[in-house]
Formats: sequence, structure tokens, C-alpha cells
Amino acid sequence: MSRRLNLTLKVWRQEGPAANGHFEVYKANEIPDDASFLEMLDIVNEGLIAEGHTPIEFPHDCREGICGTCGVMINGRAHGQEKGTATCQLHMRKFNDGDTIVIEPWRAAAFPIVRDLVVDRSPLDKIVEAGGYISAPTGTAPDANEIPIPKEVADSAMDAAACIGCAACVAACPNSAAQLFTSAKIWHLNSLPQGQAERYRRTEAMVETMEEFFGSCTNHGECSEACPKEISQDFIAYMNRDYIKSKVVNRRLAGQR
Amino acid sequence: MAAPTADRQALGSKSANNPLRVKGRDLPFPLNIYQTAVGKKWVMAVTGLMLVGFVIAHMLGNMKLYLGVVEHNGEMIYDADIYAEFLRELLVPLAPHGVVLWLLRLGLLAAFGLHIHSAYSLTRMNASSNRTYESKRDWLAANFASRTMRYTGTIVLAYLIFHLADLTWGWIPNTEWEHGAVQSNVVNSLSNPAIALIYIVANIMVAVHLYHGVYSMFQSLGINNPQYNGLRRGIATGLAVVILLGNVSFPIAVLFNIIDFDPALLGPAG
Ligand code: HEM
Ligand code: FES
Repeated sequence: MSRRLNLTLKVWRQEGPAANGHFEVYKANEIPDDASFLEMLDIVNEGLIAEGHTPIEFPHDCREGICGTCGVMINGRAHGQEKGTATCQLHMRKFNDGDTIVIEPWRAAAFPIVRDLVVDRSPLDKIVEAGGYISAPTGTAPDANEIPIPKEVADSAMDAAACIGCAACVAACPNSAAQLFTSAKIWHLNSLPQGQAERYRRTEAMVETMEEFFGSCTNHGECSEACPKEISQDFIAYMNRDYIKSKVVNRRLAGQR
Repeated sequence: MAAPTADRQALGSKSANNPLRVKGRDLPFPLNIYQTAVGKKWVMAVTGLMLVGFVIAHMLGNMKLYLGVVEHNGEMIYDADIYAEFLRELLVPLAPHGVVLWLLRLGLLAAFGLHIHSAYSLTRMNASSNRTYESKRDWLAANFASRTMRYTGTIVLAYLIFHLADLTWGWIPNTEWEHGAVQSNVVNSLSNPAIALIYIVANIMVAVHLYHGVYSMFQSLGINNPQYNGLRRGIATGLAVVILLGNVSFPIAVLFNIIDFDPALLGPAG
């Protein structure tokens, strides 16, 4: 038998980017404890719609922790209290009957609030556009294992590639720095043979695009704690290393003929 | 990453497409490194390391205060006073008297200037990038030291100026001071409990600053190897504790007459 929970929600409501927002209190009654956090919001929204109110807008898509669309501050923590868990994978059984849950959107100067709990994270796309790719001749897919890659390197690249771009790192950072995101995207490619040709151009361009939108890292470590994929701050150190090198390498390349 | 569909028209000037800041024209290498935040963190870390080196050397030098009076060129004189003269005599006769000390001071001054400027400008950048939460937020990894760097740093700067006024320039009223008389100046100043308290509190602030600063420095400089990363916290804590104990010991030792000044001990040896 699943438990049923009666909860009080304090939800940030805001009509648009320029509007003033405020907390609205809602009762969430008879919530099955095997509902996910987003399903709980669905149930509340059905009630709101039935009463003729505007439903709470919240970001969601895959609902299985792989797309990076979901994400809100839940009781002062990005993606809620469970470690390594995206909002969509958080289940109501982790809460108690009678709890008050405060829900706020990600906050950063670079992320305008679109509505309620939905923010515009396109600055992250800008960072990827600046160099988060490799240029390769297209054609038929290469044979597997054609390029030998040491196991440790493949593992490290895979750990970095686990980033789903949800922006919890930015949301959790008191400086709104996007270092964890950017370094994961950089290291994913910089560690692999396929990423070498553009390594230093990529690093310089992605870091400098990042700095147009976000703050500077002070090594608190809140980002990795918030990350649903538990991405390590080690990548930030690797990025710092490659960035300084990029200034030297790119300068030399610019003077080459 | 799937940015939610945003109505760009409605977003207007609040569009996420507009950068918060645009990097200006590139200065010539290597100055262009300092134009970026990651570059500034490198400068902050390198200058921080220089300051740590200074703080350690300064503390070791002060240990001479415990050695009391020794014989020097047929005279009984306080070891700390010999040390002060030694600093002015560094590399003499290769360099004239006092010149190397001044070069070291200029390097230190430059390090302080850059450290403070990078701290100031990154703090401004962070303030303009951040929007605070309306509800209470939890801190999971940040600690007291990491969240108070700009305050502990500012207190250290204020203390530094006080400390120079006290023992280098002799500006503190009602405290006897004489150029070069290290042992008596230190004892005259620190035997006043109010001044001793300032020294103790300020050096606790230095230790708190270094507890995060030294750890942070490894990350900023890209010194990271998952196999050895555990050492970084240990090194930072250890260094902070050693510097704390060493520096706080001086005012306490003066208050308890472990370090003292007795003019009767001076004069010709024998
Ligand atoms: C004089 C006033 C000072 C101010 C305003 C100041 C301010 C700061 C700030 C804001 C940071 C950045 C902290 C972070 O990344 O979270 C920092 C880092 C640091 N500070 Fe200071 N500080 C001062 C003095 C000192 C002194 C005297 C020392 C050495 C004894 C020192 C050593 C360091 C080190 C090693 C770092 C780490 C650099 C890094 O993060 O890479 N600072 N300081
Ligand atoms: S909805 Fe896709 S990760 Fe949560």
C-alpha cells in the first residue's frame, strides 16, 4: 500500500520575465507517495485547472533523468535533497506527511524567468556553440575501436559527458558560475583523440563565452553536490590548466605561417 | 540542454541572448590573461602563494624573539635585532645595504596589489552574475572560510596596515618605538593587552583565509590528480594551523613574559 501525503507547497509564481514574482501557497492533498515530484505538480495543476486557475509552469521533458530539462530549487537545494538525483527522479516517498515544500526557479542573472519555475538557459547553448563540438569529415560511421583510447581516458571522458546540461550547478553556485558545466563539456572532448585538433581554440572560446554570462568560480564545491550526475570539480581544474595553455598555444598558432 | 521555448519578443531586454558583459579589446600577451576571470584566478593564486611564502618566512624569522640575547661581535644583543640587520644586509656586498630588502618589499607590494585587485574585480563580477534566492537556501559544500574570503581578506589588509604602523613606522601613540630595536619594540607593543588581542584575532583571520585560500589555489592552478586530491585539504588545514599557532604564540608569549626585553642584559660580552 502506498502512503498518501498531505503537503503544503510554497511555489514561486511569476507571469513573465519582467513581471514581479511572489510565493503562492497551495495545498497538495492525497498525493500518492510513489508519485514523482513532477507528477505531484501535475496533480496540483489538475486541481488548479479544475478550479479555473492558471497551472504552475515547470520545466520537464524526459522525466527519466537524461534530458536535463527539469530542475527547480526544492527547500533550498537544487533538484531537492537527494544526491545525484534530477527533480524528475525525486520521489514523494522521500517526503513526510504534513511537510511544507518551498519551490523556487533556478536563479542567475543570465537566466531570465520565462514563467513561474521555467527559466531560459540558452546561455549554456551559447557556450557549447563556441566550441563544444569536433569538426570531422562526415561519411560512413567509422569502425568501432579504429582509434585506440586508453580505458582511463575513455572513462574520464564518459564521466564528463554525463552532464545533461540542467544548470543545477549554476543554480547552486553563489556566484552563478557555470564552471562545472563548461569544464565538463570541454573535458569530454579535450580528453579524447578526436578533440585534439581544436583543443585550445575550443577551450579559449568556451571559457570566454562562459564569462560573458556567468560568474567566477571560488571553489566552494556546491556545484558537484547539486549535480544530478555527480560530476566532479576535477574537470574545473583541468579546464583552468587548458585555459592558460590555450593562451600560449593559440598565440603561437596565430603567429605561424 | 533543451532551452524552454521562450517568447523572445516578450523577453525584450531581459533576453538570455544578451551577454551580461562583453570582453573588451585584447591587450598584448600576457596582459590578456588578466582580462579574463580564469586568468585573474591564476594571478590570485600565484600572488596568494607568494604571500603565503612571505607569511611563513616572516613567522620563522619571528621565532628569533624566543632566542633572547646572544653574543655578536663581542657584544650581547637580542637575536631578533641581528636578524633585522641581516635582512638589510642580504646579498651585501653584491648589492648595496638595504637594496635586496627593498626589492623583496616591492615584489610583495605588487603581489598584494594584484591579489586585492583580482579579488575585488571577481567579487564585482560575481555580484553582477548572481540573483539571490527568495527562500532560505542550504549550503552543502561551502564552509565558513570559503564564504568569508573577501571579509577575512579585508580584515587582514586592515591588520597589515596597523601592524606596519605599529612596528615598522612606530606610529602608535603611547608605545615606545625605536628604529631597528626589534625586540624592545615588539615587547613594548604586545605587552599592551588590547594590542595583543588585535594581533591574536587578526592572525585567526589569516588562518581562516588560508584554510580556504590554499585549498582553492590548487584548483585555480589546475593542480589536480584524483589520486592525490585528498592531500590538498590536508595541506591547507595543516598550513593554516601551523601559521596560526606560530603567529598567535608571539603576543601570548609576550603577555606571559616568555618573550621579554631586559636592557640590563645588553652591552659588552663577558
Ligand atoms: C590583503 C587583503 C586580502 C584580500 C582582500 C584577499 C581576498 C581574497 C579573495 C576574495 C580570495 C578568493 C577566494 C576564493 O576564491 O574563494 C582570495 C584567495 C586567496 N588568498 Fe587572499 N586576500 C587578502 C590577503 C591574503 C594574504 C595575506 C594571503 C596569504 C597569507 C592570502 C592568500 C590567499 C590565497 C592562497 C588564496 C587562494 C587563491 C585562489 O583561490 O586560487 N590572501 N583572497
Ligand atoms: S525531465 Fe529530463 S532530466 Fe528531468
